[in-house]
Amino acid sequence: MNTIGKITIAGMLILAIVPPVLLLSGQAFYMDLATRLVILGIGAVSLNLILGFGGMVSFGHAAFIGLGAYAVGIPAYHATYGEFEMVASYNGLLHIALAVGFSALFALITGAISLRTKGVYFIMITMAFGQMAYYFFLSLDIYGGDDGLTIDVRSELPLINLDSPMQLYGLSYVSLAVAMYLVHRMVNSRFGMVLQGTKGNVERMATLGYNTYYYQLLAYVISGAMCGYAGFLLGNFTTFISPDMMHWTRSGELMFMVILGGASTALGPILGSSLFILLEEILSSFTIYWHLPFGLLLILVVLFIRGGIMGLFKNMGGSSK
Amino acid sequence: MNTLLQISGLKKQFGGVIATDDVNLEVTKGELHAIIGPNGAGKTTLISQLSGAVRPDSGTITFKGSNITNRPAHARAQLGITRSFQITSLIMSMSVLDNVALAVQAHDGHSFKLFKPARKITHLRKNALQFLQQVGLENRADDPASALSHGEHRQLELAVALASSAEMMMLDEPMAGLGPEESATMINFLKTLKGQKTILLIEHDMDAVFALADRISVLVYGKIIATGKPDEIRFNDDVRHAYLGEE
Ligand SMILES: Nc1ncnc2c1ncn2[C@@H]1O[C@H](COP(=O)(O)OP(=O)(O)OP(=O)(O)O)[C@@H](O)[C@H]1O
Ligand SMILES: [Mg+2]
Repeated sequence: MNTIGKITIAGMLILAIVPPVLLLSGQAFYMDLATRLVILGIGAVSLNLILGFGGMVSFGHAAFIGLGAYAVGIPAYHATYGEFEMVASYNGLLHIALAVGFSALFALITGAISLRTKGVYFIMITMAFGQMAYYFFLSLDIYGGDDGLTIDVRSELPLINLDSPMQLYGLSYVSLAVAMYLVHRMVNSRFGMVLQGTKGNVERMATLGYNTYYYQLLAYVISGAMCGYAGFLLGNFTTFISPDMMHWTRSGELMFMVILGGASTALGPILGSSLFILLEEILSSFTIYWHLPFGLLLILVVLFIRGGIMGLFKNMGGSSK
Repeated sequence: MNTLLQISGLKKQFGGVIATDDVNLEVTKGELHAIIGPNGAGKTTLISQLSGAVRPDSGTITFKGSNITNRPAHARAQLGITRSFQITSLIMSMSVLDNVALAVQAHDGHSFKLFKPARKITHLRKNALQFLQQVGLENRADDPASALSHGEHRQLELAVALASSAEMMMLDEPMAGLGPEESATMINFLKTLKGQKTILLIEHDMDAVFALADRISVLVYGKIIATGKPDEIRFNDDVRHAYLGEE
């Protein structure tokens, strides 16, 4: 196994062992951090599929997190307070289906339009669609508008009790591992080769006979669906959801994580989300303007460390890929 | 007559520049047809319209009897037209073998296969390696394409075009920037392809063109001023005036 593979396994082992041990020794706070990290990590992994491997710089990915979270919040709200009997439910499997289904649908529609554009226009239009989702939920007074919505009862799943921090973390961790595995398989498949080739040289791919649009669109839909699932977990973790989860700054944070950690590597997004959560915690204890030093740091990373943190490891390990 | 490609009344203008001016041309199945002409004559623009990268203003392109004028580039590639690029256009971040394997994969069913590792599919890799061997690049198979020299990039361009298993290959100055030795190797290689494929060859190297071509068309300011056998072109007065620059 190469250096990168070893680092990835080591990183995942640390995440498997340290947070549960800390929780058992009474450090619930760190468990909280780790759960958020792992859930956002899934979002970052999903974004990495299209950004890192597909070269599609989506600036609206937080919309999928929000959709996933509202797929928990809205059915739970009606199960508690009545109305809309059709969707009223605490059933976690239904919530997952809604989160993944609506995210995939939203990705299909917005992706089909956005992928007609390139470069900066793609960034702008994905951001615009994200903001559309943000304002849509902002205007839904029944679900609290910008005050947000409290989830009184977490999703009910067979065998797993999401009220238990340990079990919620367990589910999130396993989900992250599965997401990483799926992305790993996909990017190395025929489909992934086409995706990476398209990132490298669209004209060449068209000349070879690939209709690159549909390959990119499928990647976009898979990525959106995966990110929607992360939203399902995040809703159950915070038990409070609001349109703020979809704001473009949240999408920017997901991008930070991917780029900071190292796009188009398996562990990069997780390293990025870890560092993001740590820095957020440390910097925000000094100043409420913590985004400023954070932004500066990101610029430094982009300028001086090609390939993010994983890029550093790669150089140290001296392995070719 | 066995026409593979027919171009009629093709026109393309970039602002004030008429890059393609009422071009009519027939390419016969199996021939090596060279297009020569001074810099800026519109040779690359012509190929780009045939490959689908550039839309003509008017005129029609017929390939194997069907009108492909409005078909997108990827559909033309699937029909059996491929091109190489004058300015190397490869996927630099991927390995040399991956570049060729992608060309093979493009004609091996659809690529919506999301799970099986592509680099472990033996027939894709084996075929790709064979094309690398043909151009003499097999020992660079696992290097990233970005690590190759200019000459090797030209070879890889050719390997990718070959791997597209197209009926018609359009080669845009495959010898551009090659040293005399490398050029000689390339000419010999193109000779071995003659007869197996229909080739539209753009080339400035006149020795190469006259050694290889079955027929030659001369393009000047977007217009084809002559088409014929190498000897007819060599002794054509218009051509000597306009292009070969004699007397
Ligand atoms: N995309 C474009 N936009 C504007 N002008 C263009 C474009 N492409 C080509 N041209 C112009 O069209 C003319 C023909 O260019 P083209 O590249 O086809 O010539 P060429 O015969 O391939 O030349 P060379 O031998 O130098 O490769 C030139 O005047 C060029 O400047
Ligand atoms: Mg040219």
